[in-house]
Amino acid sequence: MGRYVIRRLLQMIPVFFGATLLIFLMVNVMGDPIAGLCGDRQCDPATAAQLKKEFGLDKPVWQQYLTYMGNLFTGDFGTAFNGQPVTELMADAFPVTIRLTIVAILFEIVIGITLGVITGLKRGHPVDTTVLLLTLVVLSVPIFVIGLLVQLLLGVKWGWIEPAVSPEAPFDELIVPGLVLASVSLAYVTRLTRTSIAENKRADYVRTAVAKGLPRRRVITRHLLRNSLIPVVTFIGADVGALMGGAIVTERIFNIHGVGYQLYQGIVRQNTQTVVGFVTVLVLVFLLANLLVDLLYAVLDPRIRYA
Amino acid sequence: MRGATHAKWAALATAVALAATACGGGGDGGGGGADGVVSSSWGDPQNPLEPANTNEVQGGKVLSMIFRGLKQYDPKTGEAKDMLAEKIETTDSTNFTVTVKDGWTFSNGEQVTAKSFVDAWNYGAHLKNNQKNAYFFGYIDGYDQVHPEKGAPTAETMSGLKVTGPRTFTVKLTQKFSTFPDTLGYAAFSPLPQAFFTDHAAWLAKPVGNGPYTVDSYSRGSQMVLKKWDGYPGTDKAQNGGITLKVYTDNNTAYTDLVAGNLDLVDDVPASQLKNVSADLGDRYINTPAGIIQTLSFPFYDPAWNKPGQEKLRTGLSMAINRDQITETIFQKTRTPAKDWTSPVLGADGGYKEICGSACEYNPTEAKKLVAEGGGIPGGTMTISYNADTGSHKEWVDAVCNSINNALGNNKACVGNPIGTFADFRAQVSTQKMKGPFRAGWQMDYPLIQNFLQPLYFTNASSNDGKYSDPEFDKLVNQANAETDTTKAVGLFQQAEEVLKGDMGAIPLWYQNGSAGYSDRVENVTLNPFSVPVYDQIKVK
Repeated sequence: MGRYVIRRLLQMIPVFFGATLLIFLMVNVMGDPIAGLCGDRQCDPATAAQLKKEFGLDKPVWQQYLTYMGNLFTGDFGTAFNGQPVTELMADAFPVTIRLTIVAILFEIVIGITLGVITGLKRGHPVDTTVLLLTLVVLSVPIFVIGLLVQLLLGVKWGWIEPAVSPEAPFDELIVPGLVLASVSLAYVTRLTRTSIAENKRADYVRTAVAKGLPRRRVITRHLLRNSLIPVVTFIGADVGALMGGAIVTERIFNIHGVGYQLYQGIVRQNTQTVVGFVTVLVLVFLLANLLVDLLYAVLDPRIRYA
Repeated sequence: MRGATHAKWAALATAVALAATACGGGGDGGGGGADGVVSSSWGDPQNPLEPANTNEVQGGKVLSMIFRGLKQYDPKTGEAKDMLAEKIETTDSTNFTVTVKDGWTFSNGEQVTAKSFVDAWNYGAHLKNNQKNAYFFGYIDGYDQVHPEKGAPTAETMSGLKVTGPRTFTVKLTQKFSTFPDTLGYAAFSPLPQAFFTDHAAWLAKPVGNGPYTVDSYSRGSQMVLKKWDGYPGTDKAQNGGITLKVYTDNNTAYTDLVAGNLDLVDDVPASQLKNVSADLGDRYINTPAGIIQTLSFPFYDPAWNKPGQEKLRTGLSMAINRDQITETIFQKTRTPAKDWTSPVLGADGGYKEICGSACEYNPTEAKKLVAEGGGIPGGTMTISYNADTGSHKEWVDAVCNSINNALGNNKACVGNPIGTFADFRAQVSTQKMKGPFRAGWQMDYPLIQNFLQPLYFTNASSNDGKYSDPEFDKLVNQANAETDTTKAVGLFQQAEEVLKGDMGAIPLWYQNGSAGYSDRVENVTLNPFSVPVYDQIKVK
């Protein structure tokens, strides 16, 4: 187990370097970022040259990358164009997005798995058909439509929530945005759980458990659910990273000053330091979440052993 | 139906949670009347909040509240009026003597003296400070030493600025510039307290100025709370208790928040909401001209676009654009069809005149004829380049192309050329990479006809992206700048504009309006010619 974890952690190093290099190159391909700083007019050449020197943009790309990586290991993520250190932006944005992600994941787990179990057990039942239909609707409607609709109905028409989240973004204000963010994944989780449960319901070990005379509740939670959750856990694990980075749309709609918003602004202003910094952290989150998922397999299924 | 029960519980739980949230929020500001606080939408300023480093509206909002300069532009007429200036005197339009009014202080108690101005201007001009508005000081003698085109600065301060007394200083310019005093209302010319230089980081974290408001708290990227400054010595005291600027991730969200009653003022109504404004806000929507003009520029550096006789082609293209239709259907009348190269906010005295005339009127038959006489579109097809990331440029560029194609009866005459980001677009424009016409926008720095012509069309001027050049135009502009009589100067500028019309150096499209919506909590909301809300005049009911 320990060796497995170490091996996985070591594997992260090349992935980390590869990912950051790719992002760095992609942002650089977008062109000269300084030109956008002066509005619809030309920056005066002397100031532009001075700014380029200050942000290290006058050097070749490979040298910029090496300098950046060197600074990264001393904890220096660079400075955004508005003079704010990127670490400061991160300290503001990540807690907000983590809270939003937690809310979304909780919805996925609680609602998604519950609905999945119910429908999986009652296949063909009207409940099953209704939920399937609903998930189909959620899957087919783009997330910004859901978001704007919810905002308009709950926020403006009925006044149940504030349409915009305050800068502090406490948990209670993130419930609705979290639900919107989770909606698509939630539908997937429901469907995954449903299929998995329906399949395993006819497995030998479940029949044995029923034949042993175990109470239905115990059969479902201990035997059926535990085995059926493996694909679901994989999905949710991978989703943590996707939710954190993919919250751009939801965050813009609900005025959440999180990672998605910072990334959006970084891209629009072509701010290499912000974009690379945030994506680097997201890559790490993604890798760690995947490792955690793989480790969870062993817990769920005793047949899986890591050596 | 067990499943249904579950769903019901989930719904109920959500509803309870929602209700709890609703109770928590709402209710900004304390009370009404003179103490009432106004909440206003904001965007994260792109640059650090220094006066000479702020060139966009978001930072400009803050500066308009916490700074007052020698001159102040009248929010209605745009006229430059004395603010801190007791008098600005000159005999030769080159040497100016400025006297600062007595009794002005910064909100930290420090006196505003001649030195406050001179130090601030020297800071703004110096290359090492990376100030994006440094070129504003370019007319002052000695600018080339502190801000050379190439290489390191050879001086710390500009030789053209001299403090001659506690409240007087002299300015020497490199050329005659009769309207120079009128440019001094721009934020870049604001005075700065000593704290700005001694503890710069602390100043940026909480800026201190001499305007009607003081910064109470500032959390970067999310919100700034400004309080009325009771000790403000000026006549334009704040009519409300304070302004809270809230950063929104998207102006659609800000608008939604306004409609929901959580925000008092949105100063940029998103294009997608324009058709709803009258239903949502009624008469609480403002749509007034601002000093912004949109044009199509031509790449005169490309030989294919710089042949004699092509002024007919350019005029023809101008007449092929149905400005009335486009401003009405795409912009919902938040743009006004352009009739010259300046802006109506200048007023007739300031030099606004419908100089473009029939060349800016839609006339497809004449357009087709002129384009043919002008040698036709180079290569048979032209592209109009624009940045696709902001400002709904795609819609109008496509519409303009459509209009041209219809007028010329050729479906391939014009096609839009989107460029991914604004930064990349600007990079390509400023390095002369354009192969056809491209969109250009100009927001005035100060309400003078000079500002609409010289930086854009003078040979090799700072924002002359198309490299337009006409010696006759240059000559008239130089004459106008040397003319001490304002009316005569304006007349000369208008003559220069006629030259520009003859060449059709750029196609004027439309003037951009400033738009804003406000809640029923506030009144007396207006926008100044820079499309920044006049915060100090807003009253809370």
